[in-house]
Amino acid sequence: MTISFKINGKAQTVEVDGQTPLLWVIRDLLNLKGTKFGCGQAACGACTIHVNGEAVRSCSYAVKFAADKEITTIEGLSPSEEQLHPVQQAWIDEIVPQCGYCQPGFMMATAALLNKNPNPTDEDIDNSIINICRCATYYRMRKAIHRAAKLTQANMSASTNQEETTSETH
Amino acid sequence: MKKSYLITPFIFLCIIGLSLAFPPTNQAEVATKKASISDTEVKPQQDKQASLAAFDEMMKVVMHKRCMNCHPSDDFPRQGEDSHLHYFGIQRGKDGHGLPAAKCGTCHQSENNDFSGVPGAPHWHLAPRSMGWQGLSKAEVGAALLDKSKNGDRSLEDIVKHITEDPLVLWVFNPGLNHEGTPREAPPISKEDYIKAVKKWAETGAHLPQ
Repeated sequence: MTISFKINGKAQTVEVDGQTPLLWVIRDLLNLKGTKFGCGQAACGACTIHVNGEAVRSCSYAVKFAADKEITTIEGLSPSEEQLHPVQQAWIDEIVPQCGYCQPGFMMATAALLNKNPNPTDEDIDNSIINICRCATYYRMRKAIHRAAKLTQANMSASTNQEETTSETH
Repeated sequence: MKKSYLITPFIFLCIIGLSLAFPPTNQAEVATKKASISDTEVKPQQDKQASLAAFDEMMKVVMHKRCMNCHPSDDFPRQGEDSHLHYFGIQRGKDGHGLPAAKCGTCHQSENNDFSGVPGAPHWHLAPRSMGWQGLSKAEVGAALLDKSKNGDRSLEDIVKHITEDPLVLWVFNPGLNHEGTPREAPPISKEDYIKAVKKWAETGAHLPQ
């Protein structure tokens, strides 16, 4: 089956059995190794990516469903190679990872949460970020999520100010 | 001769008198009347019995765990054969589709995934709170199905269409494999018998048990 989609902004076409988990296509065919295999049952969240902006467990997502969709993996989360996504920055600032294996999934889930809820409470975080970390870095992650929310808001204010300055100059 | 002249008009008058006192009756009309009386007395009762029997049959599906797990009376879906709370603290969210980053569609796609054991069907989501059925009796669930203030303003015809055609409802007959590769329990009657029962229930007056 031929399936075309965009991944991290780049058009891709793969020839593969439509039932193949998208995770396998991402890792084995497209060689993007940032997304991890955890449980294979959509339970742990290590394989979380975005499909059309929504968090999806790619181990349980048949590639045929990805046709004509926009996929984002941890490699495509930041706007450019020079600039980290606020979630990545916050993860570094709060020194979140221990072994690090599950962290890409957590960061993708967090980015999806902040897209919908830019200022989540502790309760929002507990209810929405349901991935599993065997190193139990949850406490640091919660701090990092709050920090990412602040960074996102700061970035938005900065870009709004810049837009206003630019329009005044013109 | 004179006598016979008197008798003939007398007989004639008697016939007229009798015919006025006892007007002739149409045998066919009588039979029809009898039949219609019999119908109004018996048919509704028969319909009610048929309707209630069909209701019992369709409720074997409607109240099966495969349906009930996503018709919670609170904000938490259930799962599994024992209808335990959905793992990971999954919640209803504002629209019945979960919370950001923990939406139904984060894991459930439009068809079963028998490799991961995650069930799926089109527009997988929780029934609205007004259609929470857990803890209700069969009759109460039936009443909720017919109550426009709870059922999304659906007429009986709409309800029949919804519960016999919606692919998410009909998923119950093809629930796929669980994470251990074991088939999930399906309702005890076939899809065809269920659809027949729903239609029969509606056609016979959509009666509910007291």
